[in-house]
Amino acid sequence: MTTLKQLRGSAAIAGVATYGCGESPGHTDMELLAEAARRAVSDAGLAMKDIDGLCTASASATMWAMPVVEYLGLRPSYIDSTMLGGSSFIAHLLPAMQALASGQCNAVLVCYGSAQRTATFGRREVVASRRYLDPQPYETPYEPMQPLSAYALAASRHMHEFGTTRCDLAEVAVAARAWARLNPEAFMRDPLSIDDVLGARMVCDPLTVRDSCLVTDGAGAFVLVRADRARDLPREPVHVLGTATAVWNRQISSMHDLTTTAARDSGRAAFAMAGLAPSDIDVVELYDAFTINVLLFLEDLGFCAKGEGGAFVRGGAIAPGGRLPVNTNGGGLSCVHPGMYGIFALIEAVRQLRGEGGDRQVAGARTALAHGNGGTLSSQATAVLGLAQTL
Amino acid sequence: MTHSSTTSKPIGTGVLARHQAELDAGRFLIQRCGACQRAVYFPRVLCPHCGAEEPALVAPAGTGAVYAVTTVRRKPEAGGDYNVSIVELDEGVRLMSRVEGMPPADVRIGLRVRARVVVPPGGSGIVVFDAITGDAA
Repeated sequence: MTTLKQLRGSAAIAGVATYGCGESPGHTDMELLAEAARRAVSDAGLAMKDIDGLCTASASATMWAMPVVEYLGLRPSYIDSTMLGGSSFIAHLLPAMQALASGQCNAVLVCYGSAQRTATFGRREVVASRRYLDPQPYETPYEPMQPLSAYALAASRHMHEFGTTRCDLAEVAVAARAWARLNPEAFMRDPLSIDDVLGARMVCDPLTVRDSCLVTDGAGAFVLVRADRARDLPREPVHVLGTATAVWNRQISSMHDLTTTAARDSGRAAFAMAGLAPSDIDVVELYDAFTINVLLFLEDLGFCAKGEGGAFVRGGAIAPGGRLPVNTNGGGLSCVHPGMYGIFALIEAVRQLRGEGGDRQVAGARTALAHGNGGTLSSQATAVLGLAQTL
Repeated sequence: MTHSSTTSKPIGTGVLARHQAELDAGRFLIQRCGACQRAVYFPRVLCPHCGAEEPALVAPAGTGAVYAVTTVRRKPEAGGDYNVSIVELDEGVRLMSRVEGMPPADVRIGLRVRARVVVPPGGSGIVVFDAITGDAA
């Protein structure tokens, strides 16, 4: 039996790419995905024919792996199309590591693409069709504006229990924008102040439009190989030191405690596998679908105590120059959010560890955490990454 | 045609349909597990706490408190703002609902509320809540 400890660092991310982030009118989801995939494989110093493992998921197509295999011309011996919402592409890591360790495959391509912003068949139609394909009969009659209402409900509870303020939430959006201003790929790069967020259009109290992620197009892809092979490839390998996924519920009304997410379990397991603690992490990439997410995940992953997320982020503490670099690409709030963001959090972590961050580079970063969220605070997947010297 | 079912006894209507039929008749029911005695909502064919067989549908006291709250902003011409809450019943279970009869902005966490079933003409019954005022609180 191979233990999780034995899998620590056994696989490494050898190539990454993003494509079409922002607006890519006239493109399909598949075209964006395929271009990101091609570039990630090239970045890894590999050819498409070397790819024998595939992980992918779609927010609308239920048999998505098959058209992706067909489009890319693959013959994969390993396929994972587990769909856990935005955390999926981080959740794909551990099974892929096991498949690589067993020899079932040698190079796994993880890829996602969405033309959500500019597509003619957009969010409205997806939401309408989900009522039939994926019913939530105990919530839908009350017309929650999902996913926003679910996160607003969680935020209301956090404010009630811990005294968290709208200013604390705004700090998250302002920090994300400050990072985005250093990232040429970010979609929104205008200055943003606390007052701008507080004065923005309220959508679901206490969350404004500026507390909410973007709706953009975009694609992301990465290639995972065994660590020994990664050493022979052109890019500096970024090893997966620990990773785990946890799900406790689907509906926000079924969440056990609206201020504690399953990230508590995924984070604990990922850190245990990595043999590291939050204090060992140099750069943090969290799925910020809404500002409240960042407070919840900083707490649940152990960067601060439960209830102290608001105090933790105050005064620009997670912005450039702050105590902990969080969401250095600008996050889903200001960089890119094509329906499911998790893969972009992971790609930014890899870029930071490779030292490719440009103006936003965190100096000397050796370890990074990428965390994905899916559904309405439903699925949580954590990855702890490190350079070779952390093995 | 062969049947793989282990029983030929016809099975009754599913619990979702039975729960909805009660709502349509103006009755709001939750479940209580006969094995572990815990309350369950939404209704299921097994107890999510202990795995026992389908908990019985029972009438709750109907009282509870707002556990989490939001106001969904909507243009006045589209009907205006409305409340969405998660209510915790005194039996310990929670559900999504609406608190009606007061401005959405006034609905606060901790507000004591009582369940009321609304059955729109020709539609499906749903449970909403009203604030409990005065001595009844």
